[in-house]
Amino acid sequence: MAVNPAIEGRVYPPTEPYLVGREKIREFARAVFATNPTSFDVDSARAAGHTDLVAPPTFPVIVQERALAQLVADPTSGIEPVNLVHSTEHATSVRPVIAGDELSAVLTVTNVTSRGPHTLLVADIEILDATGDHVSTMTSTLFVRGEE
Amino acid sequence: MTSPGRIMLGDTVAKSRYHVTRESLVRYAGASGDFNSIHYRDDVADAVGLPGVLAHGMLTLGLATQCVVDWLGDPARITGYRARFTKPVIVAPDEGAVVEVVAKAAQVDEAAGTARIDLTVTFDGHAVLGKSQVWISLR
Repeated sequence: MAVNPAIEGRVYPPTEPYLVGREKIREFARAVFATNPTSFDVDSARAAGHTDLVAPPTFPVIVQERALAQLVADPTSGIEPVNLVHSTEHATSVRPVIAGDELSAVLTVTNVTSRGPHTLLVADIEILDATGDHVSTMTSTLFVRGEE
Repeated sequence: MTSPGRIMLGDTVAKSRYHVTRESLVRYAGASGDFNSIHYRDDVADAVGLPGVLAHGMLTLGLATQCVVDWLGDPARITGYRARFTKPVIVAPDEGAVVEVVAKAAQVDEAAGTARIDLTVTFDGHAVLGKSQVWISLR
């Protein structure tokens, strides 16, 4: 199965809202070897001027995963998960993720390029909060292996 | 190490060494929701032609970024990051893997209050992330 070039430009519907809990921030922070108190201790986060715990910078990958799952599950995309290799990641944030946020992601396929039997796919993932305000944008480049 | 308040171009602002084990990979799989079995099953890694179970690229990038967060003290100071996943971090079942991160100031804009920190992330003597950069707010 090859990647369908017609998915370039496709915009997927927003993912189901993801409620960011304190324990999830602590769990994710431990998983990336974080030691900064603002991700673990509410008083420290408040002392630093935040309303609650602050998530590590790569935390929105949780929501990105859900958006990418839509793309892979799309029967017309032609993407087999076993053939996917994460090539690059780029993120810019408007504000940090704070416990209590409700995040959803909107994925747009911005580029599909053939590389011989393989495909390079670029996806922009806009992370939005419950009011629809922009939290961050993540850009993932995925290398999709094809038949040699 | 340099204090976050006064950064000079070329300064090494932070460095860290992380011991990544199979337990770290399982922990990250659960935390991130990325349950691709190449990150915890030797038989699957072998079947797809990998030299062994490898760390999630976003775990390597996550801990590399964390080196800068721990220096600054707050993730809110990070305004962006990027990396290319150039080489896998192979995590041995017994000894794990040691990932080393060195963070240097590559651009400092005092007027705008921003800086770009470039990361050198190595495993087994080789860089595993390419063009790995973190943008920070100086205030």
